[in-house]
Amino acid sequence: MMLNQFLILSAFLFCTGIYGVLARRNGVLVLMSVELMLNAVNINLVAFSAFRASVEGQVFALFVITIAAAEVGIGLAIVLLIYRNSRNSDLDNIDQLKG
Amino acid sequence: MIDYAWVIPLVPAISFVLILFFGKRMKYKGAEIGIAAVGASFVMACIVAGQWIAKFHHAPETGVKAVTHAGLWWQNGGQKITAGIQIDGLAAMMMFVVTLISLLVHIYSTAYMHDDRRYTYYFAALSLFTASMLLLVVADNTLLMLCGWELVGLCSFMLIGHWWEEEPNSNAALKAFFTTRTGDVGLLIGVVLTWFMVKAATGRGSFNIVAVNKAALGGKVSHTLVLVCASGLLIAIIGKSGQFPLHTWLPDAMAGPTPVSALIHAATMVVAGVYLGARLYGIFWSGFSIGHGGVNVMAAIGGITIIIGAVLAFVQRDIKKVLAYSTISQLGYMVMALGVGAWTAAIFHLFTHAFFKALLFLGAGSVSHSGSHHSFDMKEDMGGLRKYMPQTFTTFVIGAIALAGIFPLAGFWSKDEILVTANQGSYDVFLYVGLVGAFLTAAYMTRCVYLTFFGEYRGHGHPHESPPAITVPLWILAFFAVVAGILNAPHVDLFKKWINPSSVVGRTVDPELIHHIFARFTEPTFDTTAATISVLIALVGIAIGALYYFGDKGPHGLTQRSGAAKVGYTFLENKYYLDHLYTDVIVGGVKGPIANASYWVNQHVIDGVVNGAGKGTSLLANFTYDVLDRKVVDGAINETANATGWVGGRFRGLQSGKVQQYALVLFGAVGLASFVLALVYVVS
Repeated sequence: MMLNQFLILSAFLFCTGIYGVLARRNGVLVLMSVELMLNAVNINLVAFSAFRASVEGQVFALFVITIAAAEVGIGLAIVLLIYRNSRNSDLDNIDQLKG
Repeated sequence: MIDYAWVIPLVPAISFVLILFFGKRMKYKGAEIGIAAVGASFVMACIVAGQWIAKFHHAPETGVKAVTHAGLWWQNGGQKITAGIQIDGLAAMMMFVVTLISLLVHIYSTAYMHDDRRYTYYFAALSLFTASMLLLVVADNTLLMLCGWELVGLCSFMLIGHWWEEEPNSNAALKAFFTTRTGDVGLLIGVVLTWFMVKAATGRGSFNIVAVNKAALGGKVSHTLVLVCASGLLIAIIGKSGQFPLHTWLPDAMAGPTPVSALIHAATMVVAGVYLGARLYGIFWSGFSIGHGGVNVMAAIGGITIIIGAVLAFVQRDIKKVLAYSTISQLGYMVMALGVGAWTAAIFHLFTHAFFKALLFLGAGSVSHSGSHHSFDMKEDMGGLRKYMPQTFTTFVIGAIALAGIFPLAGFWSKDEILVTANQGSYDVFLYVGLVGAFLTAAYMTRCVYLTFFGEYRGHGHPHESPPAITVPLWILAFFAVVAGILNAPHVDLFKKWINPSSVVGRTVDPELIHHIFARFTEPTFDTTAATISVLIALVGIAIGALYYFGDKGPHGLTQRSGAAKVGYTFLENKYYLDHLYTDVIVGGVKGPIANASYWVNQHVIDGVVNGAGKGTSLLANFTYDVLDRKVVDGAINETANATGWVGGRFRGLQSGKVQQYALVLFGAVGLASFVLALVYVVS
């Protein structure tokens, strides 16, 4: 079984996600990048699960998918509300929690 | 019983408390408690007197010792003050007189004070008075005597002002209190000096009466100290026993209920001064050099008082005031007797006077209660009461004759003994003063009896005889007024055996041996000539009074015709202007400067102290505020806050509010952590 290819893929996806989270301004895109990172983790979980012939990794992956669905639901709702209030969804404008 | 004589004052004291708390709920509103308590005290006093007399059956050569019991009262700085009882003939006699008259007055008051609005309170005060007077009598030291002395003064004040709703009554009470207080200043000085006198004599201070007398008689103390002490105590006697010039309170004290006048202002409290003089006779004897004859201040005060009191009794319309001035005059006899060395005679006169003067006062009360519609004015509301009130009349006349000193009633024996002593002890001046006093006494009592009981009835009431609660005490007192004098008659001589001046040193010796204790002391012997002269003079007094009033002879209306007589009469009516002197000249003259001085002291000293204290407090407060509160406490709190704020300011830049910046930090930290972990892995 080739493990390394999966790990490289997931690392690549994770780094893409990090870049998206840090560099993108649009809230929707940031959420999508977060999804990328989660899915990179999922790939890792499934790959290790197969590699070790154990089912726990897949169970975790299923959990992560479920939580991610909920998370993105809430995240999109927040972004939508932000957009309604300030007519854009640019994360640079949302600094009301500034100290 | 004689060893437990302290119970005798205790019983009325308890009765006072009981009447105050439970009196109003009792069937007879507290009177029964008072009568029972004083009755019990009376029985005990009789037993004590009997036991004292019984001691003389086997009297040793050295005399019968006084019964003393003392315990520690308090101690302070190593000085132990004891308190206790000293029972000898003098104390036993006083207890007998006080409890007997108090008991009769209690019984009398149930009728006389019937329906009074403060009936219970009245009986409580009577109980307290009896207890205080008995305390004064049994006391074995001058300090305890002082306590009893002040307590009787307080009770006198309470009872004179019993009907305080009317202003003259409360004024009279205040006058009595303040005037006697003036004398009490002397008492305070005297009592303090007794301590130092004993200290000078023995090296250890004491208030004990026997020790004080021994110190005064011993000759080790400087004469000046004894003289100052004697003078202080004499001022106290002047105040309490109504001597000139502080006698002015006693006639005003008649504002109180009549039984109170009989008990307090005739028979017992006013003789407290004489009792004090007798108890501490050693001080007076050596202080005033009484044994040397001539004139001394104590005898002089007494002599003046006899005459001024007796003269004023002539111009009174109020029957009680006649008796009050008569009391002043008789107290003058007692003080004069002490002053001329007639110790036994003074005490004997105290003894007999208590009976006949209480009798006269209670008789006057009976007249006002049932005869003159609660008035005491002899000219307006009395006259002719002889027919309506035969019992009161008879007893009153017995009292009057006893007071006038007619053989063989009580007053004759005691007054005669004073005169004989003055004669034999080279005090001739006071013999004549006493004889003039006897003449005046007989005359004013004739006037009093005439105006009250003879002539036509001038009042507007329905005179009738008083109830038995009033007449029975009158008869009992009349009995004593007749027979009490026999005790000291020649060839009987019991009184001077049981009670004589040697008791001041704690043992009562045979009268012939007294000169061992008092240098130059002579016990007088009965003198038939002197007795005859004094009786004749009294009879002349009665005769002149009778001629003037009954026979309508003599210069009637002289005061209208003669200018000089009118001036004299006005002078007497105004009581020698002594009241004006005190109220207007002395008090009026003193109160302005005193007020100004008080104002100055108030403004400068007291206000200065208060203001200074205020300013000091203010300064202290400012200091506290500025330094402690603002700099230390507030400073600490503010600096804590500032430091926190500064730290917060340093870190606030981190909280940019930019999500992506947070994420960068997060990932950066994760990256750093991963790097470190990897490095650790590789190195290990």
